[in-house]
Amino acid sequence: MISSHPQSDPILVVDRLRKDFTAGKSGFFGESHSIRAVDDVSFTIDRGETLGLVGESGCGKTTTGRLVLRLLGATAGSVQFDGKDVLSLEASEMRAMRRHMQIIFQDPFGALNPRMTAGELIVEPLVIHGVDDHVARERKLRRLLDRVGLASFHAGRYPHEFSGGQRQRICIARALALEPAFIVCDEAVSALDVSVQAQILNLLQELKRELGLTYLFISHDLGVVRHISDRVAVMYLGQIVELAPRGPLFQSPAHPYTQALLRSVPSAAKGRKSFFTIMGDVPSAANPPSGCRFHTRCPIAIARCSTEPPTLRELAPGHTVSCHLAGSPANPFPSV
Amino acid sequence: MQASDVRNTGDAAENSAISEPLLEVEDLRVSFNGANVVDGLSFTLSAGEILGIVGESGSGKSMTALSVMRLLPQNGLLSAKRLKLNGEDLLSASDGRLEELRGASIGMIFQEPMTALNPVLTIGGQIMETVRRHMNVSRREARERGIEALRRVGIPSPEQRMDDYPHRLSGGMRQRVMIAMALICRPKLLIADEPTTALDVTVQAQILDLMLDLQAEYKMGIILISHDLGVVSAFTDRVLIMYVGQVLEDARADAVFTHPLHPYTEGLLASIPPVDRDQEHLQTIRGTVPPVFDLPPGCRFEPRCGYARPICATAVPDLIDCGGGHRAACIRNTGYQFPGVGQ
Repeated sequence: MISSHPQSDPILVVDRLRKDFTAGKSGFFGESHSIRAVDDVSFTIDRGETLGLVGESGCGKTTTGRLVLRLLGATAGSVQFDGKDVLSLEASEMRAMRRHMQIIFQDPFGALNPRMTAGELIVEPLVIHGVDDHVARERKLRRLLDRVGLASFHAGRYPHEFSGGQRQRICIARALALEPAFIVCDEAVSALDVSVQAQILNLLQELKRELGLTYLFISHDLGVVRHISDRVAVMYLGQIVELAPRGPLFQSPAHPYTQALLRSVPSAAKGRKSFFTIMGDVPSAANPPSGCRFHTRCPIAIARCSTEPPTLRELAPGHTVSCHLAGSPANPFPSV
Repeated sequence: MQASDVRNTGDAAENSAISEPLLEVEDLRVSFNGANVVDGLSFTLSAGEILGIVGESGSGKSMTALSVMRLLPQNGLLSAKRLKLNGEDLLSASDGRLEELRGASIGMIFQEPMTALNPVLTIGGQIMETVRRHMNVSRREARERGIEALRRVGIPSPEQRMDDYPHRLSGGMRQRVMIAMALICRPKLLIADEPTTALDVTVQAQILDLMLDLQAEYKMGIILISHDLGVVSAFTDRVLIMYVGQVLEDARADAVFTHPLHPYTEGLLASIPPVDRDQEHLQTIRGTVPPVFDLPPGCRFEPRCGYARPICATAVPDLIDCGGGHRAACIRNTGYQFPGVGQ
């Protein structure tokens, strides 16, 4: 539906994915109301591709990542991984499927059990899935440590003995242990200092090249997403508002929200002592605006935007946007 | 945006060079259990100047800010040759005097607006506390001033917000409340420790824009502490680059970001994935930051430096002026010679 590459080989096909969270009742006999955190999200990821998913807090990017891995149950929609419908698998089939789909979290402090050594943590997935015998696991451990830039003596140490960057290397080794085809990186470098972040980003890219991995890379940092992604999806209040290959998305963004995001990133090159601002905060997902969800903050909104929700449409091959005005004189495309 | 015409664009340092500095810090040291987390830091801040302090975790940037407020944790030892605000010695000031200065002469904004605000007091109650502590005004007058301050920082319907509790506000709105509280007594110095790090990028731009507006209006000096080089490059007049407790480079913001003189600064800048162009491979600084209890004997950056020579492993470089007030602590700038020692 969205992807129109001539020889696409999708490893992941997400179709009209939806997630409602219940958020308390209004009174004892009142109806429980729900928050739609992810609303009709569809995308595909080709084998060996990195799809970046950007947006501000509360836009549903993390929820989307968890729905894809079935760490959260979806309310509606489908996720196909390697041709299999992930959401309808039996529990035992799902366990087997998890070998191929892994996740790296933001916080390498919270993600590692403080009472296990780095070595135990890295081989734990192999033990759980009953892969290899003791000797083979040990051999694999050495290889993984080396691969992520740790020394073999590190295997006997506990998480608190490592720096943040080293801990994230342990998380990466752990995710790689089962030789997955697909990894969700959820803000995987956001908690790291810039110099360490650069090292981890380079490591993730080397691993992708060598092992033919596919990433769903979730981040709020536009520079990081531009650096690592082949294609980028921009989310706002639970919906994808723009999806395009990296170059076009950053060079000629079509959605006013994407344009605002890019202009908001401060840099001396954009002019010192001046900041581009758009009005307001992100509205509450419990009570999203009618029509286009961005119309309350959009600098070019017209009357139609507050009543009629726009749908994703293709402006150029592979470049889709949900804005009534994209391509019109009010918001010409390409914008530059 | 509307006030951008009055904003200075980096000339504050020169304009006020003749006048008395607002803040003087000389040879500041902070140690915990014998480990120096800030080690011989010296800088001055002129009135109306915006100084950025940049560094990675553990560089001592937050401890520097807390030292100026004299708010170090109990087990932190502070020493300095000089620590003066407006000519007044902060080292010998009594606890009572320091309490008068905090909030009135020095305002502070922290990273986490949720934890910095008291969740069981209304916003109005917290603002009025500051006003009544430092100004001899009635409750009614304090409330009026509080409402005015909230209006000034762009909080809609401030009369109602005064009676709300902090959890009712978004992160950006809470940070506006923090700014209103920090500036309500018109301090001469504002210390902002990672004020926008917890905020989304569109909200961050709004808050930075607001802070520049207020700075243009009140002319206070600002120390902005941040790990975000993009924010610092667009917001500040002058920048200190810190690395494990020491300043490695001190220069005008535009000079630091266009012609860095220290290899660490150069490495930091190359580590950031740019938003405005594609870059396939990132340059990285090799290795990791050394722990404060196990520092290299010579230049602290030597084990990670691509330009290091044998002498760097033993000799500690001074922060020397490389022309035009651009200071850097790297002996590359003196041709690997020590200044003063024969060529």
